[in-house]
Amino acid sequence: MTTVDFDPGAAAGRATDAILHDTLHGAERGVVVDSPPGAGKSTLVVRAALELAGAGRPLMVVAQTNAQVDDLVLRLAEKDPELPVGRLHSSDTDAYDAALDALPQVRTSAKAADLNGLPVVLSTAAKWAHVKVDEPWRHAIVDEAYQMRSDSLLAVAGLFERALFVGDPGQLDPFSIVGSEQWAGLPYDPSASAVTTLLAHNPDLPQHRLPVSWRLPASAAPLVSDAFYPYTPFRSGTSHGDRRLTFAVPSDGSGPDRVIDEAAESGWGLLELPARHTPRTDPEAVRAVAAVVRRLLDRGGAATSERAPDPVPLTADRIAVGTAHRDQAAAVRAALADAGVPDVTVDTANRLQGREYDVTVVLHPLSGRPDATAFHLETGRLCVLASRHRHACIMICRAGVTDLLDDYPSTEPVQLGTLVKFPDGWEANHAVLSHLGEHRVTWHP
Amino acid sequence: MSLITALARLEAVGTGRAQPAATVRHRHLSRHPLVFVPLTTAGETGAPLGALVGTDRDAPRLLVVPQPRDRDLRFTFLADLADVVLPYIDAYAGSVEAAERTETDPETGKRVKVAAELCADAPQLIVPSRTGLDFVRLLGRSMRFRRTAEQDPDAPYPAPPRVPLLGRWLTHYGERARVPGSSLLLALTDVLSRHWATGQSGLEDEHLGALLAWIDPPEGLTGAEAARRAELARDADGQLLCPPAGPATDPAFDNRLLAPAIERYDRARTALAAAEDPLEADDRLAALGRAEREVRDLVESRTRPTWDAVWRGLDLLRALPEGAHVEGRWTRDRWSFTGHRDRVLAGEPPQPRRDDAVTAANKLATREREQARLEAQEALDDPLVMAGRRLAGEAFAGEVTDVVMAYSEGRRPSPRPLVTVRTEDRPHLAQRAKVYRSLGGKPQSAEFVGQEADGVLVLRVLDKMGRGKEPEPGSVPEKGDRVCFTLFEHEQRGGAKLPDPEQTPWTHGGPPGEPAPEAPDTVTEEDVL
Repeated sequence: MTTVDFDPGAAAGRATDAILHDTLHGAERGVVVDSPPGAGKSTLVVRAALELAGAGRPLMVVAQTNAQVDDLVLRLAEKDPELPVGRLHSSDTDAYDAALDALPQVRTSAKAADLNGLPVVLSTAAKWAHVKVDEPWRHAIVDEAYQMRSDSLLAVAGLFERALFVGDPGQLDPFSIVGSEQWAGLPYDPSASAVTTLLAHNPDLPQHRLPVSWRLPASAAPLVSDAFYPYTPFRSGTSHGDRRLTFAVPSDGSGPDRVIDEAAESGWGLLELPARHTPRTDPEAVRAVAAVVRRLLDRGGAATSERAPDPVPLTADRIAVGTAHRDQAAAVRAALADAGVPDVTVDTANRLQGREYDVTVVLHPLSGRPDATAFHLETGRLCVLASRHRHACIMICRAGVTDLLDDYPSTEPVQLGTLVKFPDGWEANHAVLSHLGEHRVTWHP
Repeated sequence: MSLITALARLEAVGTGRAQPAATVRHRHLSRHPLVFVPLTTAGETGAPLGALVGTDRDAPRLLVVPQPRDRDLRFTFLADLADVVLPYIDAYAGSVEAAERTETDPETGKRVKVAAELCADAPQLIVPSRTGLDFVRLLGRSMRFRRTAEQDPDAPYPAPPRVPLLGRWLTHYGERARVPGSSLLLALTDVLSRHWATGQSGLEDEHLGALLAWIDPPEGLTGAEAARRAELARDADGQLLCPPAGPATDPAFDNRLLAPAIERYDRARTALAAAEDPLEADDRLAALGRAEREVRDLVESRTRPTWDAVWRGLDLLRALPEGAHVEGRWTRDRWSFTGHRDRVLAGEPPQPRRDDAVTAANKLATREREQARLEAQEALDDPLVMAGRRLAGEAFAGEVTDVVMAYSEGRRPSPRPLVTVRTEDRPHLAQRAKVYRSLGGKPQSAEFVGQEADGVLVLRVLDKMGRGKEPEPGSVPEKGDRVCFTLFEHEQRGGAKLPDPEQTPWTHGGPPGEPAPEAPDTVTEEDVL
């Protein structure tokens, strides 16, 4: 297949049609959809919800976090302002986005009974688990199903007859804070992902895949696809000339500026600091992150894309910083505040899942570490960090990570009966690093 | 590793002694624990070689399997073990107090209190190390499905009467040990390394001898030197001076001492069987006795140092005062013990080989809740643990510099005082983040309003001030008070109720069907060597 023959819109359309057909008219109780980063998962969920509601099938939607639920409610309201929607929420303060109160067709309540009879009701898995029904819903959509834990699905699966499961298999697996080796290999291992359990018990369910990433630029899709989705490749919906990142202020020749130019040109940049073992909140690397962000803003960046013909200024809300740990995120936030940059999103991979920015600056999970633990090698963590951007991704990393990877091959015990995930983190890390090596800027701050 | 643990380990290296990681004891210690020091046979999974077991540190009971592959001798060992462990358990099962338990009323579906029996105390098992825990589970698994001659007259190798019951108890204890903060079955190395930070890695801390060497080094040696000696020093015969705490034994011991002794035992037994007249048989019986004595002495020589080390470790732990929340967690252990006692008395079958989907999910939920509870309670009980949380940005302590009375809006205004706290900690506070402090043992919540200056935080107190318009005396911090707020909750909410196993949904394989009693394990060739 060559780019010339490939019509991304048509390919995505065909996949969506097949998914909706199986969902609305299929005989199976479940349909599973794998969606790579930025492939229009939320659009699909909204469209499926509207079609199911249109067909007169009462629908419940299960998402994993309140932010995801609110986002879906807003998208539904935007697509169909006439459709009455229920938002079931917890009884905590600020349980849902206050923007929902402005929408007349959205009814919010902490009690499921108040929302009876509405065509669509949305909530988090945690809240649904407390709901009891006499008559199950005819249909459900489970969003971010790969990030949902099996035990969480167990608590809500009795509420619906059939369901559409949508999610990204390449992102972070759900985790538990206590050991669960005891159940490894059982099809219903409560700490496994909901989809793993679902497919172990129902191997014949139709499985679909969205083939096009609309978020990732043509420079990023091949790398992310090869490194994290080797057996289920996807493509970018745009081609190389469609997106451009330019800066009004020329480079001052410093490391941050050179790596920004490299990333603007090629979509990737690696700012390599001297090799060193550091604490997690490596002050030098944290300062380098802040310096890169500061320069991104100071240099008057502008992004051109297929969305708008005119360049759009690269503002603080279009930039995000990703880290592996919460304390690293806190350190970067403090450094950015010192640098006078207050509004840039700084978060861990877990919290950046599902979000999208023009440029991302990533503190590499293995930077400065003396060892490579399973946590830092987890494929999904690097995948999330490397796939949030529409234009460019800049990694900040200390030299020597390749050697570190070679020194610490994966040593996790092999559990009988579990699915081995490919690629393993070791291999994915090597793939990403060798590609980033071509866009390396070394810097001694 | 948290920053404070890293610091403590560095200090341990610097000073040559383990540093305290806790100022109170975070696990319950029974006044009369049952210590169990088992050894296993190399290359024969689940073939015990022997054990020291008992509640009297000066008089352990030595149990030995002189030929570990002999099924009858193994059963004898297990029966002897049951004779020590079961009476110890029974002694606690009989003494109960009245208590209340919350149950779901089957008719109304409401949560109601019902009167219940609760064992006044529970038996506690101590093993030297984490691999000892696994061995307890393995023993439990190997015994609980056995059939006695009474249960099944046709069983080819009937187990001695009380062996399956011992298997059920060991299984229960092994499962309970997976619950964070539980103390029914403890691995001493885990408990010691919870309370002291050594200058070696976590893996090395699993060596009981080395761990004790760091915590309490002998005169004239640093922890590192003493630990090295404990791990490596050998006598003239090439035997370790400090035998491993088991259940695995040192290969040099296996090869040079144990294997020849077992071989001599085997020969003596064959010779006895071949004896042709009573006089000869008498001699050979005496020879067999000597051969057995030899194996017993060897097993005792490898378990006794560990036995003494375990009691020494318990002494060290007893010197620490018990944490305030430890008793509450022990009460949960007592409920767990009482519950299993009742299941045994009710004639329920042994625990199944594998959990069903609902049971597994319930266990995982319980353990996650207990883990969060344990972390919160340890921090509240222990300023040193809290210091670690403060250093990690998960709590902060400081002085109240100002209190301004304010009220909530609405028809019935309630007090919502604004409290200003000056702190040197750097908590990771987001806007409107909830924080909690302990007020008379109950959590009082407040929300983060904003930062006035560097290290000056303004909080709005939200609850525990009574029902009146004015807060109850003592319920609001006053100027000059030292306060400590945490970003984590102090108490854990119960999770959602999962469906009953017979209601298992289609996503998880549907209902498991009628529970059938599990068949005993089939006899394999290895069983009858």
